Amino acid sequence: MSAMATPVSAPPARVIMYREALNEALREEMIRDARVFLIGGGIAQRGGSYKVTVGLLDQFGPKRVIDAPISESSFTGMGVGAAITGMRPVVEILFVDFTSLIMDQIVNQAAKYRFMSGGKGRVPLVLRTQGGSGGSLAAQHSQSLEAWFYHVPGLKLVMPSTPYDAKGLLKTAIRDDDPVIFIEHKLLYMEKGPVPEQEYTIDFGVGAIRRPGKDVTIVAWSGMVGRALAAAAKLAEQGIDAEVIDPRTLVPLDKEMILASVRKTERLVIVQEAVRRGGVASDIASLVQQEAFDYLDAPIAIVAGKNTPIPFNAHLERAAVPQEGDIIAAAKRCLYLS
Amino acid sequence: MYTPSFLEQLYRTLYTIRVFETRCIQLYRQGLIVGYFHPYLGEEAIASGACAALRDDDYIISTHRGHGHCIARGGVGANDYSPLRKMVAEVLGREDGYCHGRGGSMHIADVTRGNIGANGIVGGGIPIGTGAALGIRIRGSDQVVAVFFSDGAANNGVFPESLNMAAIWDLPVVFVLENNQYAVASPIEEMTRVPDLYERGLAYGVPSSAVDGNDVLAVYQKMQEAVATCRQGKGPVLIEAKTYRHGGHHVNDPGLYMPKDRLEHYKARDPVGIGRKYLLEQGQQTEEALRSIEQEVDRQMEEAIAFATDSPHPSAEEFLEEVQRS
Repeated sequence: MSAMATPVSAPPARVIMYREALNEALREEMIRDARVFLIGGGIAQRGGSYKVTVGLLDQFGPKRVIDAPISESSFTGMGVGAAITGMRPVVEILFVDFTSLIMDQIVNQAAKYRFMSGGKGRVPLVLRTQGGSGGSLAAQHSQSLEAWFYHVPGLKLVMPSTPYDAKGLLKTAIRDDDPVIFIEHKLLYMEKGPVPEQEYTIDFGVGAIRRPGKDVTIVAWSGMVGRALAAAAKLAEQGIDAEVIDPRTLVPLDKEMILASVRKTERLVIVQEAVRRGGVASDIASLVQQEAFDYLDAPIAIVAGKNTPIPFNAHLERAAVPQEGDIIAAAKRCLYLS
Repeated sequence: MYTPSFLEQLYRTLYTIRVFETRCIQLYRQGLIVGYFHPYLGEEAIASGACAALRDDDYIISTHRGHGHCIARGGVGANDYSPLRKMVAEVLGREDGYCHGRGGSMHIADVTRGNIGANGIVGGGIPIGTGAALGIRIRGSDQVVAVFFSDGAANNGVFPESLNMAAIWDLPVVFVLENNQYAVASPIEEMTRVPDLYERGLAYGVPSSAVDGNDVLAVYQKMQEAVATCRQGKGPVLIEAKTYRHGGHHVNDPGLYMPKDRLEHYKARDPVGIGRKYLLEQGQQTEEALRSIEQEVDRQMEEAIAFATDSPHPSAEEFLEEVQRS
């Protein structure tokens, strides 16, 4: 696939919502492969809190679209067991915050099974969940916890920012033979974007250049991509040409795309919604300083969430996570313009 | 009743587990085996009896005390002791082990032979085995899953969660609760008000009962009924097999907290001895014929040890290349 979000030569695509793109991916994969089934809370009758699984119960029936009791650890483990024995489960955990309840099954079981069994066993499981702030949902429904999964060998980690990526990456995730953590963003479900009618998938480990530029590289993923692009537009008004890179999958990470950009711009800003401490941004920064140190003309800037639980109050919530202005200021600092 | 060859196979399994554990403890003392090693001594009848009631295309999932299940499911037979060799090689961490030395005692698995595997997390396997049964229900086949777990694991939240989901979806899973009466070192009476753990299944609408876990034929019969129920789509079933460890939690735990009189009581009801008696009496075999089976297993175990000690340690270079590729 092209590294760009939309191939230049493609015919004009339909414009659909992120949640509709996800729904199409699930529907198409369930038609294509009878081993694929869905399990989670309120996904069948209700169609999911964010309407991602709407209509799938009617089309595929209750054996393949399963409403589970609020027993996250065990229905996730059931997905692991079904996967080991030949099925292709897509487990939905309503909020990434609730993955705290399933960590044994993901970290000790799913992530390690292939390795511990000497390569004989595989766990083709997709864990779909959503995270992020912005809805005044307070501290237990607004976190960005991708670093937990990034840290564990044996897991792939996908965080789509557009409807096109959401569909193509989810289809790839379902076809993957290893466990994939697929984290959506709650503010993106209603976002619209071009999605072609024809079949496509997106390879893992291939980032997307959302905006080419030459002065400073901004790496952002999930909900932060839109904010980085908005910041880049404002920077352009001030004559600063920012390149915005969306890695799309954090594991595997398209390190080469980031390094190539940094070698060109010689300046790097990494934006993550998650708290600063122990985050993925710090790891990307360390990779870049190790492999492109001589190219850097300024310290790498990390724009991240504050080290705090997400507050309920909307003003405080905004203060806790990176805003457009924070990204603009960081880019200018890298250019010694502030 | 039971054919002599069936009783012989049951006894061969019981005795093989006994010899495996006994010899491996010696290897541990010699420093050939390291890490955690949780012997199944005293509980051999449960794995042997339960696995004998399964078909080749069924599944089991095991525990940290899993050597017995892996041997019983591996199908150690008169002509094939290769599973035993792979078992010993794995607990020695060698290349020819089940998991090429990556897993060790607590992670032996062979899903190609229906063994989803042992597990280092107490209770961790319960939902995974239940999920294998969910897959069976979606595919519409008549396979069955045996989920082995313990009284300790029964107090982990995944047990009631999985039991409940297995019940609401009629899953073909037999929950085989091995009540050896200790959660590591904590006696069951101190961990619950209701030490007859099968009663918990009744609360979830699941057919549940207890069996003498030291009597291999009693376990086999109970399991056969449970498996038949599951194949008819009327699962799940919970079986509580009451038993007792012959020692502490692991090889370096002397089990001083286990009352001597109680230990002696259970040792007098030794599952291997009971199985031997069945073969002598019901199977009408001579003492000589039994000794010949035992000598054969002893010899195979020594060959397995030789195989394992000859097997190379896994290559660190290959391991690091695998890591690079992954």
